[in-house]
Amino acid sequence: MTHTIAASPHAHAPVSVGRTMGLVILALLPATLFGLYQFGWPALFLFLVTLGACLGFEALSLILAGKPVRPSLMDGSALLTAWLLAMTLPPWAPWWIGVVGGLLAVVLGKQLFGGIGQNLFNPAMVARVALLTSFPLEMTRFIQPQPLFSADAPGFLQGLAISFGGQSYDAVTGASILGHVRTELGQGLPLAEVLSQAFDPIDALLGVVPGSLGETSALLLLLGGLFLLYKGVISWQIPAAMLGTIILLATVTSLLGPERYPDALFHVLSGATILCAFFIATDPVTSPVSFSGQLLFGAGVGLLVFAIRTWGGYPEGIGFAILLMNACTPMIDHYLKPRVYGRDRRGKPLEYDDDAEIPAEKAR
Amino acid sequence: MRLFKIRGGVHPDDRKALAAGRPIEDLPLPALLHIPLQQHIGAAAQPVVQRRQQVAKGELLARAQGMISAPIHAPTSGRVVGLGLYPANHPSGLSVRTITLQPDGEDRWHDDIQGVADPFALEPAEVAERVASAGIVGMGGATFPSAVKLNLRNRYQLQTLVINGSECEPYLTCDDRLMREQPDAVLDGVRIMAHALGVARTIFGIEGNKPEALAIMSEAAAAFDGVEVVKLPTRYPMGSEKHLVQTLTGRETPARGLTADIGVVVHNPATAFAVHEALRLGRPLVSRVVTVTGEAIAEPRNLRAPIGTKIEDLVSYCGGFTEEPERLIGGGPMMGQPLRELRVPIMKGSNGVLALTLAETNRRAPSPCIRCASCVDACPCGLMPLDMAAHTRVGDLEGAVERGLMDCIGCGSCAYVCPAHIPLVQYFNHAKGEMAARGRAKQKQAETKRLAEQRSQRLEAQKLAKREAMAKRKREAAAKKQAEAEAATS
Repeated sequence: MTHTIAASPHAHAPVSVGRTMGLVILALLPATLFGLYQFGWPALFLFLVTLGACLGFEALSLILAGKPVRPSLMDGSALLTAWLLAMTLPPWAPWWIGVVGGLLAVVLGKQLFGGIGQNLFNPAMVARVALLTSFPLEMTRFIQPQPLFSADAPGFLQGLAISFGGQSYDAVTGASILGHVRTELGQGLPLAEVLSQAFDPIDALLGVVPGSLGETSALLLLLGGLFLLYKGVISWQIPAAMLGTIILLATVTSLLGPERYPDALFHVLSGATILCAFFIATDPVTSPVSFSGQLLFGAGVGLLVFAIRTWGGYPEGIGFAILLMNACTPMIDHYLKPRVYGRDRRGKPLEYDDDAEIPAEKAR
Repeated sequence: MRLFKIRGGVHPDDRKALAAGRPIEDLPLPALLHIPLQQHIGAAAQPVVQRRQQVAKGELLARAQGMISAPIHAPTSGRVVGLGLYPANHPSGLSVRTITLQPDGEDRWHDDIQGVADPFALEPAEVAERVASAGIVGMGGATFPSAVKLNLRNRYQLQTLVINGSECEPYLTCDDRLMREQPDAVLDGVRIMAHALGVARTIFGIEGNKPEALAIMSEAAAAFDGVEVVKLPTRYPMGSEKHLVQTLTGRETPARGLTADIGVVVHNPATAFAVHEALRLGRPLVSRVVTVTGEAIAEPRNLRAPIGTKIEDLVSYCGGFTEEPERLIGGGPMMGQPLRELRVPIMKGSNGVLALTLAETNRRAPSPCIRCASCVDACPCGLMPLDMAAHTRVGDLEGAVERGLMDCIGCGSCAYVCPAHIPLVQYFNHAKGEMAARGRAKQKQAETKRLAEQRSQRLEAQKLAKREAMAKRKREAAAKKQAEAEAATS
């Protein structure tokens, strides 16, 4: 009789990569469904196209690389990348944005580095940033929410025409709140006036505002994030450090210059802040592994997001901030490691003043 | 008592309910016992019996060899029928030197076996001597000769004896049952060890998932000053001695050091029981309690079995298998060793025999690391297992060592939580083994070099001596010639 001869441990926690990915997708589901509901058919089409493109490119890459397709495709990582990418796209963007995005995310962002676990940069953010810089027009056309089946919402066929037929929809475009505030401030209007017209914290919390497909509802994303924390899929360090840094910087600057700098509430509820804090910055592959490293990484993302939003050329800084901090991850991991048991921070064995060892001459 | 937090750790499903309710039973004498000569850390014991020799229970079969070793005694009375090679209780399945004993069924103790009336009247050195000659080793699984640890008082200023009743490995219940059923004997052994170590304070740590043992031991210990029973948090690896000591004292053992460096010595309750038997009754360590459990075992049990009992005999006494186990393990599921076959014997350190089903092992094919940091969070030693494994995988073992490979205690917490099911412990064991082999090779090389240099020096010296002798002879011959010539001319 022979049994499996394998190294210990011989028991295993009920976890797997697929389960992790599945839980993240589950946490994203409420915000996604809400986004699809309020941006209607074109959003659904774009979402499906992006998912299909990512999975297709993943399968193609695996075939070309001669790797087994099924296990990698089934681990949910490509699906999650696609999901996150789609959530950050303008909801009525044309279909080819999703396809090009999928190509950039999966092939350039992930498979060229060697597939799952090997990529230096967050694939969804690689695609998002490349799309934004390459197709600024398509990537910054946001619309006012048009809930599915509401009077003004495009029907199924009209939705097809918008997503696949290039039909224009000028009548309903609206800038995202971040873009709007930046434009108005640029024209020298006082902040209070701009915000009073455009920013309602309750609307921003619920997400009934123009914005990317799945980024608008801070509340639903926050609930999803808390679910992941509860499940232990993510740890609190990165979200807390990132949000803490943004809140701190925004509070200080808005106190110093209330006419130019929006407050913390605005920064936290607008754009992709919450999505980023819980779902993108926490991407395990591209973030540091140690406790202190994760705190530093989160703080770095927060600082860069705030700086780009406030002084940079783009209204939203999430994508750039993430990529820049991703590039720092290997260095952070190299320098910020946990302290080893029985050693000091520099790796020398601990020493105590009242060492118990009896000196040799006394022992005799 | 204030407890201190340790880093990392995991909470595996403890599955102790399978066997915890079963009182310890004596296993009926098996037909044959296979007693390996290497059951402890250190040098193997040297046999002192002949084939066909009749031995009594407790009679010496093999004596200790060297400083770190332990003698081995006859687990029952009977006849030595073999002195050769037999498969070891080890994943390799290789054979080791083993004495085979055929019990005569009388189970008759040797006449010389006699205890001491008052162990506390003995000198500490004599207690240690008796523990050594009883062949007692660490029975939690480490099998380090206990007397060597008792003698640490010569080199360290010891303050505290810690008894490791955490039994943090899932499934195992042998220590739990022993504490519940023999609290006074265990406590007596503990106090004898404290006497031998010369410490005033004893802390008896028991994990919170063993409330009965906690209550019973606390009650038993109440009668004695200086013995404190403490409820430990239930977390793996609480039973790692360095982490246990940290939990109890707040102090970390310095890297590469012993807990004795901070004045603490740790022993196991089963070892304490064996010390009690050795001192009070004069009985050497010839049997132990083994938990036979797992979903594939028909009736999980705690059995007191003679050393050398085949696992086969234990399993069949427990009703055999309900299904073919996916894995057969000696020890606990976290750090135990997989076994190839059922005919291997149990040893002094065998605390469990587990027959696990596929559902229990939750084995899956490994997939690439997603750097989720679960292993970093779980590591009680503050290491980055993913990093060490990555360096090991590409053969950069020095890189793995730089990243703390030698500080790894092999507890398996990292591999237990890995969502990618990467066999991290396998990587580390491989790297540790390879580094040890390299170290030996290096030592061998240095030794060869030293010998070669000595040889060439020796040859050189010989040559020189020869040349000198030749020159001397020449000089003498010349002098003689000259003298003769002078004599002739004069």
